[in-house]
Amino acid sequence: MDIIQKLESKAKQHRKEIIQMVYDAQSGHPGGSLSAIDIITALYGYKLKFNPKKPDWPDRDRFVYSKGHACPALYAVLADHGYFSKGEFKKFRKLGGMLQGHADRKWTPGVEFSAGSLGQGLGFAIGIALAGRLDKKNYKVYCMIGDGECEEGAVWEGAMAAAQFKLKNLIAIMDSNKVQQTGKVKDIMNLEPIEAKWKAFGWRTIAINGHNMKDIVSALDSAVKDDGRPSIIIANTIKGKGVSFMELNEKFHGKAPNDEEYKKAMGELNA
Amino acid sequence: MPEIATRDGYGTGLLKVGKNPNIVALDADLSDSTKSIEFGKAFPERFFNVGIAEQNMMSIAAGLAASGKTVFASSFAIFSERGFEHFRNTVARPNLNVKLCGSHAGFKTGEDGSSAQCIEDFSVYRSLPNVAVISPADAVETEKAVEFLASYKGPSYMRTTRAKVPVIFDENYKFELGKGVVLKKGKDAVVFATGPLVHESLKAAEELQKEGINIYVVNIHTIKPIDESLVIKLAKETKAVVSAEDHNIIGGLGSAIAEVLCKNYPAAMEMVGVKDTFGESGTPEELYEKYGLTHKHIIKAVKSAIKRRPK
Repeated sequence: MDIIQKLESKAKQHRKEIIQMVYDAQSGHPGGSLSAIDIITALYGYKLKFNPKKPDWPDRDRFVYSKGHACPALYAVLADHGYFSKGEFKKFRKLGGMLQGHADRKWTPGVEFSAGSLGQGLGFAIGIALAGRLDKKNYKVYCMIGDGECEEGAVWEGAMAAAQFKLKNLIAIMDSNKVQQTGKVKDIMNLEPIEAKWKAFGWRTIAINGHNMKDIVSALDSAVKDDGRPSIIIANTIKGKGVSFMELNEKFHGKAPNDEEYKKAMGELNA
Repeated sequence: MPEIATRDGYGTGLLKVGKNPNIVALDADLSDSTKSIEFGKAFPERFFNVGIAEQNMMSIAAGLAASGKTVFASSFAIFSERGFEHFRNTVARPNLNVKLCGSHAGFKTGEDGSSAQCIEDFSVYRSLPNVAVISPADAVETEKAVEFLASYKGPSYMRTTRAKVPVIFDENYKFELGKGVVLKKGKDAVVFATGPLVHESLKAAEELQKEGINIYVVNIHTIKPIDESLVIKLAKETKAVVSAEDHNIIGGLGSAIAEVLCKNYPAAMEMVGVKDTFGESGTPEELYEKYGLTHKHIIKAVKSAIKRRPK
């Protein structure tokens, strides 16, 4: 099996784990998890340097997951790489469990950023990128933000700062899944032309289909260039991707499937 | 007594600790006012002006701290609150090593007017778990507090002021987090003061002495954790307690002391501070007079507390 097929097969497995986690917890955010999962699978399965036995390894690449509400996607991948047991999935969002409702570095090995409040991950990633430069480390900092998240002004404070500080070791990934909690991004607060905005802020941009594993892998390969600019991969994705009735449906931004929906979703993902 | 602003103490303190290559400093384009500029001049590669963007400053500070740096971040106290929720969620919650400094706090800010006169910083930062809240009385204490913070692990908020205040301490002074400093002993009442009100309290004590009233003056440089045992001990001794701060009487030093007393040793207590009102432009002296923050107001509060003292 080549790497693309392997990653695709992993992502398929992770989609089921996402649905299972949210179904078991009867709360959580399936839509944004399903839009991000192909990219996160590729990051950990193909690109990042890391060591699950040493989560604090100073030379590791960092993945700052700013859209931390969609944490089931991250948990599925981290467990798969051995940061913790898949047995933890059952305790997602439960008292005493390590898998918090929003990804949190204090609780979960492998999680870099305590998320839950949008607009803060990019600045956090900038801080890590500056530290890497000061310490003459070669690690890269990857930061995934949402499209709805770009309505937060602080994202653009970060966009300016990363360009000003010439952070070529910083790669943002925008999970552009088109839908936020109460509707379509374009109807609520239109971001377009979003690629032109990032370019105008001084970033190198790469637009891809965020569900095409070949596209993702090749974008991750070309994202790091020595031209002194930060890069952003604008990943065109579909909120809820893989489960027909969750796709582009804002109702599944932050809602768990009921019994019937769960069976239908698993049926589709097993097909 | 020579007069130096506490923000200058922040500048010289930061310059001293800057010799440690693990220390970085951030500012949101107010470094000539907050005095972090001294560090910036000496260690430009470790100084980051993030522009007028306090929210992003907090997140960047957190990322640097998560990478092992000891981070000092400064702005005006009031604008630090622009990034408050970032500080809450991205710095305090994961307990990261960021030392926030808010300058130009209180009515001492004077002519700039009410927008800059931050009177709620103790209250908001004190309510965050993990966060130590420090309010030095003079430039020496500020410098020593910075030196302490450079080796202290965890998030903190420190307040400095714009206007010059008399220097109380000498170079031998040792800063101990959470320990009140008894500057004058007494028996009739105790004044727990912080920041510029420490000097006002010492003046009040001198005046009261002439009338035969002997009061304790205690410098509370750490609003959180508050020195519970000292507060209880002196409340028991005097039964008449006054708090004095250039801050709203809601949520600051007075509240912190009242929280200790109501549980352990209820005593007659008066609060000298801003009476839940916004300020206006004027000299610091004029504002202190108009809004009840001078030694005269402390004297009045002491007498009132003594009068109400439980028998």
